[in-house]
Formats: sequence, structure tokens, C-alpha cells
Amino acid sequence: MQILQYLINGISIGSVYAIIALGYTMVYGIAKMLNFAHGDVIMVGAYISFCVTNYLGLPSFVSVLAAVAVCTVLGIVIEGLAYKPLRGTPSLAVLITAIGVSYFLQNAAQLIWSSSPKNFTSVVTMDPIVLMDGKLVITGEVLLTVAACIVVMVGLTLFTSKTRTGKAMRAVSEDRDAAQLMGINVNRTISTTFAIGSALAAVAGVLLCSTVPTLMPTTGSMPGIRAFTAAVFGGIGSIPGAMLGGILLGIIETFSKAYLSTQFSDAIVFSVLIIILLVKPAGLLGKQIQEKV
Amino acid sequence: MKTMLKNKNTRTNLLTYLVVIVAFVVMQVLNSQGMLGSSMKGYLVPICVYISLAVSLNLLVGVCGELSLGHAGFMGIGAFSGIVIAALLKDTIANDALRLVCAMFGGGILAGFVGFVIGVPVLRLRGDYLAIVTLAFGEIMKNIVGNTYAGIDDTGFHMAVSTSKMKLEAGGKYIINGPLGATGVEKLASFTMGFLLVLFTLFVVLNLINSKEGRAIKAVRDNRIAAESVGINVTAFRMKAFVVSAFLAGMAGALFGLNYSSITATKFNFNTSINILVFVVLGGMGNILGSVISATLLYVLPEALRSLEDYRMILYAVVLIVVMLCTWSPKVKEVLSVVTDKASRIFKRKEAGTNE
Repeated sequence: MQILQYLINGISIGSVYAIIALGYTMVYGIAKMLNFAHGDVIMVGAYISFCVTNYLGLPSFVSVLAAVAVCTVLGIVIEGLAYKPLRGTPSLAVLITAIGVSYFLQNAAQLIWSSSPKNFTSVVTMDPIVLMDGKLVITGEVLLTVAACIVVMVGLTLFTSKTRTGKAMRAVSEDRDAAQLMGINVNRTISTTFAIGSALAAVAGVLLCSTVPTLMPTTGSMPGIRAFTAAVFGGIGSIPGAMLGGILLGIIETFSKAYLSTQFSDAIVFSVLIIILLVKPAGLLGKQIQEKV
Repeated sequence: MKTMLKNKNTRTNLLTYLVVIVAFVVMQVLNSQGMLGSSMKGYLVPICVYISLAVSLNLLVGVCGELSLGHAGFMGIGAFSGIVIAALLKDTIANDALRLVCAMFGGGILAGFVGFVIGVPVLRLRGDYLAIVTLAFGEIMKNIVGNTYAGIDDTGFHMAVSTSKMKLEAGGKYIINGPLGATGVEKLASFTMGFLLVLFTLFVVLNLINSKEGRAIKAVRDNRIAAESVGINVTAFRMKAFVVSAFLAGMAGALFGLNYSSITATKFNFNTSINILVFVVLGGMGNILGSVISATLLYVLPEALRSLEDYRMILYAVVLIVVMLCTWSPKVKEVLSVVTDKASRIFKRKEAGTNE
């Protein structure tokens, strides 16, 4: 039964990775940039939720809504100020700017909330479900995370396939110039993508800190890198790929910690990533694009 | 000599050497006059290390066109193997400088070897995927180095990856103690050695860039398919650049490791890799002198801002973003050019006025 417990834990942390990876993958698909500041938006979301619950004393769902609202605005502002002026420049220039934004968010958080860790109270108040005489425990956080992950996944798939904005997003990610010629407002589409990605980051931040309750200015960076690898793992630019990559990464991480080695879990996770990329260079569900002369 | 100086490449290369040598002489003179503060003295070796790292990464990112996010991993391998080599050779080689050179070359060779082993699979990938895999390798190297135990006792040298397997006899000494890192390291590094390392790095990289290999590497960067069609073995040349870059990073790492009495593997994390990349991009990709200058300035900047305490890293981030916007954004560039145009016109009008 132990193995089932590990599997559940793995899916739970994997779902968080998946939600973060969705933000990475959408932004990459449409703006063709690695947004390294994404992990820090998660951290900001978690802090906002923390403040609303602890200082204003409002119920937890209000705090989640506040976090989503603030992060959405933050995402649009970051995109407008730092990334929009650099559209069309080499991707390395945008990458460095994203790193600058990441430093800025981390240090701003340190100034506002200080670097000492905060104890995040979980947004879930449900009692854990105990099955098979306590051998299998499913906490409310796990249920909420997995449910959120499924809702986000289904919502995004419907959004990109059914709505006008969603279709515009797919068109821009496929061929930006052609989309522009068809009358799609590329700048607005990219801003919308950042808004959605940042809103997802806020949700992920709250879920992450509900599961692992220490909140620091650097909380977002490691899950950010993990989720980024998850996005690549599943094929960057693909929404189901990010989902699959995130959940698989979570399961691999939990299992390697449990059965192989705690110290080397990082090395194992990244080795699996490398092996996958060598066998399938565009990730699990990514499309291999043939280069033309 | 005159015909040599007419060549633009030779001139820029000589200028690069000249700048570095002049900077070294000035620092040495200032140091001998006692005009350098103790904190500034402490920066000298790290600055040399970061210059070497930036120049070697520039070979990969700027000249070869491959984004690498794991440069600190090679630095870490160089640092820890350098520390072990320096400790092992303690009784055989009495001269500190010679021992340091051995440690640096040892660290470099090991890092270069790891670079080769990694390069075989990694260099099949391109673009952002290559970046991710180098990031992954950087994390793996940090993880492995951070869990390695090494020590010496009467029976010889021992190495293991867990405490239980590591058995030292009484009187034995740990050189690397797993997550605690290397402690009690003999500080062998000196500014002169740092300067020599920078010169060596410049010599290797500049000569490589201006050789037949370098031109082939640049051709691969500019158009891989075209380069392949004229018979350039793309993988072999990318591999060469990758291994040389790893080797130089390992040497710099060894010098860095032997500059502090204790060091942990967490120092060689993703952030350090990113910092080196920032040096390269801000200095100008493919521009070696640019890397030298930006590594120096950007290393000193956060230290110089130390008086601002909490605000210094925010300021650093803002400077980073603003510099990127000013150098790359077409709109900001337009505004800047209008301003400079106006300024130069006013200046010219004044000049015309004085002539009349």
C-alpha cells in the first residue's frame, strides 16, 4: 500500500508542477520566450494570499481570488514594461530581461515581507480521508490540487479551442506574421496570455504553499525550475504536454526520493529529463519541426 | 608589424590584452601603495575568475551560438577537484604557486572531460532544448558534487558518495565533507595567478576564434545548414568549443575554490550560471573585451552598492532591465537617437556660430 501512497503524493505535487508548467508553456508557445520570472509570480501570489488571510482576516477563497487578481495585473504590467519593448529582438535579450524581472520580484518581496520564512496556513480545512486502516491517507490539499489541475486543464483546452481569443492565441503561436495579416491583434493576444499564465501562477502558489507551508522570497524559484523542466519534458508549447510532464515529474520525484536516494533525487529527476530529450528531442508530446533551408 | 596592425581582428585582440595588462599593473601599483581597501583586495581574485568564466562562456554563447545555463557546474567540478588535488600534492610539491597551477590544470582537465562526456548526447539538441539540458546537467553536477565525500588518511586517498561508505582511519582528514562542502582549504590563490589565468583564457579563446576552427564555428552559428553543406563537421566543431569552454571554466573554478578557506557546492547553482550569462550578454555576445569589462563592472556593482543595503539587489535588477531595454528595444533606441541627434545639432550650431 505504501506504493499507492507515494503515487498519490507524487500526483499531488505533480499537479502543482503541471499548473505552473502550463503558464510556462503558454507563454513560450505564443511569445517564444523563456519567462524565468514565472516562478517568482508564484511566490507573489502566495504572499498576497497569506496577507489577505492573516492580516485582513478574510476567508481563504477571498484570499485566492485576491492573489489571482493581483498576479494577473502583475503579469500584464511586467509584460508591458519589460517584455513588450523587446519584441522581435533575439531571445537571449528577453531572457536576460526576464532574469532581471525575477531578481526584482524576489528582492522586492524581501523588502516588503522580509526574508524570514512565513508559516502559510493551508486554504483547505477538510479532514484527511483515511482508507485501509490508516495505510492510505488522502489529505484535502491533495484532492484540491488534483481537482484544480483537472479544472484548469479542461478549462484551458476548451478556451483555446472554442473561444475567439483562444483561437487567436493558437494562430499567433503557429505563425505570428500570418496571424497579424489576418487581423489578429498580436500584442493584445500576448498580453492576454501573460495574464492567464500569471493567474495560473497565483493558483499554483496558493496550492504549493498549502502543501509545503514555508513561504520565503525564494519559494518560487526551485518549483519554477522544476515546472520549467516539466514543460520541456512534455513538449514545450503543448498544453496536454505540460500537464503530462508535470504529473510525471512529480511521480518520478516522489518515487526516487522514496526508493532510490533522497540526496540524489534532483540528479535522478534531471537525468530522466535528459534521457527523454535524447530519445524524443521535442519532448513527449511536442511536435518535431523539420528545418528548412 | 604594420600590416599586422591593419588587420582589424589583430588590433581588437591586442587592445584586449593591453586593457587587461594595464588594469593589472594599475591594481598592482595601487596595492603596493596601500591604496586599496581590504574589501577591494578581496574582490581581485573573484573578478579574475569571473572574467575567465565570462570569456569562456562567450565562446559558447556568443561565438558558437549555443545557450548554456550550466556553466557554474563546470566551475564547481573544477573547484572541488582543484581543492582535492592541492591537498593531495601538499607533500610532493612544496612550491605553492606550482601546486596551484597543477590544481588548476587538474580541475580544468576534469571539467573538460566531463564536458566531453556530456557533450556527446547534449550537442545533438539545439536552441532552447540545449539550454534546458545544460541547466539539468548543471543541477546534476551540483547535486553530485554536493554529496561527495573525500579524505586522506595513512592508507591513502578515499572517496565515496555517502557517509556510511566513507571510512577514514584515525588521524584521517576530510577534504570534502558532503553537503558541508570543503573546509580548511589552504588559500593558494593570488591576484597574479588570477591575472595569468585571464591572460591564458584570452590567449586560448582569441586564438581559437581567429583560427580556421573559429571561422568554422562562426559559420555553424550563422547558418548551420549552409555550413554543413560546405563540408563543415558541425558536431565536431561544436564539441570543440564546448570542451574548451568547460576546461577554462574548470580552471577558473579551481582558482575560485582555492581562494576561500571553505566552500559548499550550493555556490555553484543555477543563479551563478545565470550571473555569468548576464556578464556575457551585457558585454556583447561574441565580444571578448566586452565580457572582460562587463564581468568586472557587474561584479563590483552590487558590492559597491552595499551601502544601500536592502535596496542594492533591487537596484541591480533595475539596472539590468534598463540596460537591456536601452541596448535592444527599437523604440527606446529611436528615442535615444532623437535625443543624441538634437544634442549634436545644437552642438554643431554652436560650433558654426563661433566660426562666423
